Amino acid sequence: MKNESFGKKILNFIGNNSVPILFVLICVICIPISGFSASYLINEIVTRMGRNIFLILCLLIPIMAGMGLNFGMTLGAMAAELALILVSDWQIWGIPGIVLAMILSIPFSIVLGTFCGKILNMAKGREMITSYIISFFMNGIYQLIVLYMMGPIIPIKHSNVKLPRGYGIRNSVDLIHMRQYLDNLIAVRIGGVKIPVLTFLIIGVLCLFIIWFRKTKLGQDMRAVGQDMNVARDAGINVERTRIISIVMSTVLAGFGMVIYLQNMGNIATYSSHSQIGMFCIAALLVGGASVDRASIGNVFLGVILFHTMFIVAPKAGAMITGDSMIGEYFRVFISYGVITLSLILYETKKRKSKSLVGQQLAQAQKDEEEKA
Amino acid sequence: MQTNSPPLLEMRNIKKDFFGNQVLTDINLTLHEGEVLGLCGENGAGKSTLMKILFGMDVIRETGGYEGEILLDGKPVSFSTPFEALEAGIGMVHQEFSLIPGFTAAENIVLNREPKKRNIFSEVFGERLDTLDYNEITGRAEAAIDKMGFHIEKNMRISDMPVGHKQFTEIARELSKENLKLLILDEPTAVLTEKEAEALLRSIRSMSEKGIAVIFITHRLHEILSVCDKVVVMRDGFVVSDVPAAETTVNEISKWMVGRNVSSADSRDIRDTSGSRTILSIRRLWVDMPGETVRDVSLDVREGEILGIGGLAGQGKLGIPNGIMGLYEAGGTVELDGKPIPLNAPRKCLDASLAFVSEDRRGVGLLLDETLEWNIAFPAMQVQNKFLRSYLGGLVKWRDEKGIREVTERYIDELAIKCTGSKQKARELSGGNQQKICLAKAFALEPKFLFVSEPTRGIDIGAKALVLNALKKFNRESGVTVVMISSELEELRQICDRIAIVSGGKIAGIRPASDPSEEFGMLMVSMVK
Repeated sequence: MKNESFGKKILNFIGNNSVPILFVLICVICIPISGFSASYLINEIVTRMGRNIFLILCLLIPIMAGMGLNFGMTLGAMAAELALILVSDWQIWGIPGIVLAMILSIPFSIVLGTFCGKILNMAKGREMITSYIISFFMNGIYQLIVLYMMGPIIPIKHSNVKLPRGYGIRNSVDLIHMRQYLDNLIAVRIGGVKIPVLTFLIIGVLCLFIIWFRKTKLGQDMRAVGQDMNVARDAGINVERTRIISIVMSTVLAGFGMVIYLQNMGNIATYSSHSQIGMFCIAALLVGGASVDRASIGNVFLGVILFHTMFIVAPKAGAMITGDSMIGEYFRVFISYGVITLSLILYETKKRKSKSLVGQQLAQAQKDEEEKA
Repeated sequence: MQTNSPPLLEMRNIKKDFFGNQVLTDINLTLHEGEVLGLCGENGAGKSTLMKILFGMDVIRETGGYEGEILLDGKPVSFSTPFEALEAGIGMVHQEFSLIPGFTAAENIVLNREPKKRNIFSEVFGERLDTLDYNEITGRAEAAIDKMGFHIEKNMRISDMPVGHKQFTEIARELSKENLKLLILDEPTAVLTEKEAEALLRSIRSMSEKGIAVIFITHRLHEILSVCDKVVVMRDGFVVSDVPAAETTVNEISKWMVGRNVSSADSRDIRDTSGSRTILSIRRLWVDMPGETVRDVSLDVREGEILGIGGLAGQGKLGIPNGIMGLYEAGGTVELDGKPIPLNAPRKCLDASLAFVSEDRRGVGLLLDETLEWNIAFPAMQVQNKFLRSYLGGLVKWRDEKGIREVTERYIDELAIKCTGSKQKARELSGGNQQKICLAKAFALEPKFLFVSEPTRGIDIGAKALVLNALKKFNRESGVTVVMISSELEELRQICDRIAIVSGGKIAGIRPASDPSEEFGMLMVSMVK
């Protein structure tokens, strides 16, 4: 009996964590094939953790407020890019530039976040797809600003930012004088692995903030709204406002996260940096075992490590097996979309299962009675 | 009773209609401090509407408000939102739980009234960033649970709780409000086990000793007698009796509830169908329809009869047809004419010549934005290929527009449907006429067997009579077996041959419709869960 229940527990554990387990398996298989050294792998992963975790953490707030995996963060990323373009045109470099970009991104993020929040309030229950489409729409406006308004309307002076035709921004804006300034300010090397201590400290502060935030009145309200909007409304919580605040917070934090991300990369791909970031962050979070309605800080860290290990290892492993490096490249894109689909399907099945449970219980109760009689 | 102090609550001549449909007429109620009032009545008697008025629910204001006066502590009040009612010291525990599933009992008890502590961030960004004071939260929750007198685990999450404890959490939440003077409990024992129900009654008594007045709505009449100071019985929007609980009995109350109007009994022609063969046999049916759970129902329907299924709201009568027709998950066996009908497959039921007129006529019954022609002909077209003309050896099928118009016009005529023509949109018709369209739709299928669920819900008396007559005529002339589900016993007694009463998800008994209404009343409350 005891063994049986233990077996059941293991099955349950596997069922509940199928996505992370799948990824652990992929990584375990691919790491030896790829032939990367441990120090190279760890170095890469630590760098990518510093680059990405802040961005992924800001997804947690909308999930808490029941708004699902929210692409609203893409808007924050656009805000950060606008801020960074301006700052680099003003030639304010180094840490002051990074801090100024963060501050400058706040008003942009707030405006975009409020807009997004208001629209999502009209599309309750369909937040994920709606925010995804909003990010496309906003991408159009972003391009309008960056391609046509920067120059004639918003003054841009420097030719290394501007397109040669005289207005609009170049495809790629160089941040060489900001590159990894934050990461290198307090960096420690342990056994050949560079650890960007300051970046991790900032991430730590954000984690602490999220933990603390859950215990505030606003955090409690968000959790209440996230679990049952009608009950929250009956209790007198302003549901709409709370949801907007959660999106605005997420957008502002995403703006900071994007600045951290881009200073690590060292350049802005003006027209594409933001478009993939939402998809990859959500994929990473799902790989960490989060679901549409539940995600923790642990999921973020686990997700980043697994997702990026796969990212680093898969192309090389693919090249080793097939002799074609494109296959690996293909796999990592395929897998990141696949993960999102798979987790969403698993989430739905689980919901269905718990729904049909009531029926099974009824049938069982009837059977029990029959046996008694 | 403290008759010399001014009453805590007085409702004077309360009237309410929903778009001309009178649901409350001249309701008068008084309630003193610490008094427990038992409110009972059949479904649709007006209890919930009355409580909604008292509690200032939005739906009342949206449908044109109410007439009459409400006095609280001798002062006239009119609440336009539930929050104003809460402010004034009225608490209400609804039938549906209003709890956050992932929160603990304590967190739910203080929901949106959490004690808070200031901090640096909240000084800057406003009080919503105050941190919660968890010690104080547990303290308040404990105090409320003590006041209630039934122990629930304050740190347990709602989703892990048995259903009865959820109910107690709701009550504790109302009790934690300091200015609570009047507590409305809407069928609180419906989800409780016997032991929990007893505990609830004890806690109602202790609340009353502390000076809190309670309005207790329940279908379990013995509970009313054991805990209430007085009993108010409502029927069809009237208060039919208002007596001290000590002076009445369960029998008397159930008589009042279902009405004693037997005058119409003579005009009925009830047939004895005991000789007919069984056409539909239901064995061990369970249905998972939220709020209308069916447990272990076995029932035989005889060919050519009209069988009524009655019972109080939430007891499972609606679950029976919805389960058989495959709209909700069900199990058990159902045989029509000796042939088994697969459950959870609506199409199979329709193919077997079963038809169903749903109680949810706007949601399930009608294509609201389509013409009457379409509404009436659509199922017949889909299921039986009627009104279709085949060309090229069946490769192409076109609608037979003429045939559709003819049949629609025939039904518009026969059922006296008020409309501008067969091309009008279903949405534009009144409730009663929409119901007739639903019937016409089912009739057009020419079924062997017809389920009709709540055919007269929300329609006026004139339309009611027409709908019932149409059903009866359909049964008598085409020999179709009809099972009609209704919460109104009187209308079942008017047209049915036999009536089955559902209580607690099971068949409590089947009687000829000629039996006195008290008998049915007793069956209704017999197994209430």
